[in-house]
Amino acid sequence: MNAQTPLLSGNDLTRHYDITGKRFGEKLSVKALQGVSFQLDKGETLAVVGESGCGKSTLARLITMIESPTAGSFRIGETVVDRDTGKPGKELRAAVQIVFQDPYSSLNPRQKVGTILAEPLLINHPEISRADREKKARDMLALVGLRPEHYDRYPHMFSGGQRQRIAVARALMMNPKVLVLDEPVSALDLSVQAQILNLLVDLQDEFGLAYLFISHDLSVVRHMADRVMVMYLGRPVEYGERDEIFNNPKHPYTKALLSATPVADPEHTKQRLKLEGELPSPINPPAGCAFHPRCPVAIDRCAKERPDLEAVAGRDVSCWRAGESV
Amino acid sequence: MSLLEIENLTVEFQTAQGQFRAVDGVSLSVDQGELMAIVGESGSGKSVSMLALMGLLPWTATITADRLEFDGIDLVRQSARDRRKVIGKDMAMIFQEPMTSLNPCFTVGFQITEALKTHLGGSRATRRARAVELLNLVGLPEPERRLNAFPHQLSGGMNQRVMIAIAIACRPKLLIADEPTTALDVTIQAQILDLLLDLREKEGMALILITHDMGVVAETAERVSVQYAGQKVEEQKVRDLFRDPHHPYTSALLSALPERAQGKKLPTLPGVVPGLFDRPEGCLFAPRCAHAFDLCHKRQAVQAGAEDGFALCHTPLRKGVPTSLEGASLEGQVRS
Ligand SMILES: Nc1ncnc2c1ncn2[C@@H]1O[C@H](COP(=O)(O)OP(=O)(O)O)[C@@H](O)[C@H]1O
Ligand SMILES: Nc1ncnc2c1ncn2[C@@H]1O[C@H](COP(=O)(O)OP(=O)(O)O)[C@@H](O)[C@H]1O
Ligand code: SF4
Ligand SMILES: [Mg+2]
Ligand SMILES: [Mg+2]
Repeated sequence: MNAQTPLLSGNDLTRHYDITGKRFGEKLSVKALQGVSFQLDKGETLAVVGESGCGKSTLARLITMIESPTAGSFRIGETVVDRDTGKPGKELRAAVQIVFQDPYSSLNPRQKVGTILAEPLLINHPEISRADREKKARDMLALVGLRPEHYDRYPHMFSGGQRQRIAVARALMMNPKVLVLDEPVSALDLSVQAQILNLLVDLQDEFGLAYLFISHDLSVVRHMADRVMVMYLGRPVEYGERDEIFNNPKHPYTKALLSATPVADPEHTKQRLKLEGELPSPINPPAGCAFHPRCPVAIDRCAKERPDLEAVAGRDVSCWRAGESV
Repeated sequence: MSLLEIENLTVEFQTAQGQFRAVDGVSLSVDQGELMAIVGESGSGKSVSMLALMGLLPWTATITADRLEFDGIDLVRQSARDRRKVIGKDMAMIFQEPMTSLNPCFTVGFQITEALKTHLGGSRATRRARAVELLNLVGLPEPERRLNAFPHQLSGGMNQRVMIAIAIACRPKLLIADEPTTALDVTIQAQILDLLLDLREKEGMALILITHDMGVVAETAERVSVQYAGQKVEEQKVRDLFRDPHHPYTSALLSALPERAQGKKLPTLPGVVPGLFDRPEGCLFAPRCAHAFDLCHKRQAVQAGAEDGFALCHTPLRKGVPTSLEGASLEGQVRS
């Protein structure tokens, strides 16, 4: 891999789901993801934010090869994956691992922790001896801050935070380069959230892991991210360095998200940029800029033409008015 | 004048493993028109204490209290029948998951008019008109059309608006909102919180907001009660609480907020909330507390005075410093 090739990059990634309409049995298409491009390097964290239904988990499923894209591609090192790529090989699969939001449903309740951790190795590397597999699992357990005696316990004996540690440990068993973290702390209490975020920071430092960090909590994103991609109805609307996005947001949707996020400081006063209405359906996204029906600064053009992502003030924005100071 | 007075409320559940104390001696008073927040991590007894007040707990719960008074009525000595006249009318509650409190088989209009029928009577036409008025008030677009909608045809945010409409149908004096926006996106959360604040002003009702979100507390509450493991550990005005938390738990919780972080690593609170089997002998927070000393592990904490936020602690903090240390130079070891 040369210096120019990022560890992971997405190129116009698109995913549509064909569904049958409830009322007339008509064929419909859910435009879950519509042209997402990004880059992620070793040791970096790219956060993906946006309201539920904007396509964050769909992106996660593509990158982890649980599903294939309808169009577009992504690249892990030198290998390109698109809709025509067959079953990806072991090495490719190992490179990207995922941790889900819900530590209660993502672990098999009938398997002991040791088995849960050793399984990915057993499946992908049957040549590794049982003793080596177990040793690696025990080391991993210690690495994520669990105790040796936890090895023989079942998931239900653990708290939410401990389960999330187990999920992280399982994801690390294959020595991945990229971890996709899909709302990893959203189900956890504040004090436990802090413990898991610290663990993720430590692991990144130690192994140079790259994180695709999906979250709807902007205070967590601000703490963790190097770069941020804000999505709306399957499309990125703003993409850039964390501080640019948080200190000087350019897209009206980013501004609205930031102003809607409560700040844990009663002495902080801010202007409320109120967003009316709710997320439209991804089956028939609005024409032009998909955000225009809710946008407080929309002009006529917004309803007719779709703005592309363009560089404005050091980040990419898709808004007809991004260059103005509105 | 206080609208609600709760004194020493305790709730125990009968479980297969034995009695479990979910709420432990909680006291709370709420004035007319006031906005009080109850904050704490999950399992701290926030919901159970309010469900006990509403009479909504299953038979496995044993509820005791020195005083439960609402709007001058003694709820402890009241018959279940009389209590039902108050509950749902003058005192109403909404929940995190509107879909589970709404009946999926009936239209929104039917559910609102039924609520009106129970407490207000009136003709069908007046109830329907009031239902439209209510849906308007809670900001549901096209209210006439929505009367015929079923809950599954509406979004989470819209269903929460419907729940609020039902809750305020009889112009309650107190609305208890239990994590009303936890399942919603921030943009919709902002809309619903604004709506609740608006209604409180227009209708002059008091609001108890249960939440685990410190941001929501900071932006809405006047007074805050902090709960831990079933106990109330602190109560202060919202500004004072964030500026100078007196209970070590409150202090630790606030420092765990990513927005207060002084770098990449967050200060953490080790361990977890005690359960049925590992309930400590002394202060319930002692095993996790950064300031615990001998006494804390041996004797239950005592409540401090108003100047220390009624902190349930042997050594409440002032500006982050334990008062036992402050006092050590003055009073020697009097405390232990
Ligand atoms: N398998 C599927 N079939 C049909 N629609 C889907 C499927 N998976 C996701 N969707 C739809 O795609 C959109 C994006 O979903 P998702 O990626 O889960 O969003 P997010 O994670 O941002 O909440 C949503 O409208 C969702 O309903
Ligand atoms: N019906 C019940 N039976 C037994 N235990 C219960 C019941 N309802 C709640 N609990 C327990 O009571 C404690 C407090 O619960 P709750 O008030 O719901 O917490 P919070 O609302 O603060 O998250 C929890 O440990 C919970 O498991
Ligand atoms: S393009 Fe128009 S509608 Fe879209 S965000 Fe910009 S101003 Fe608003
Ligand atoms: Mg998702
Ligand atoms: Mg609760």
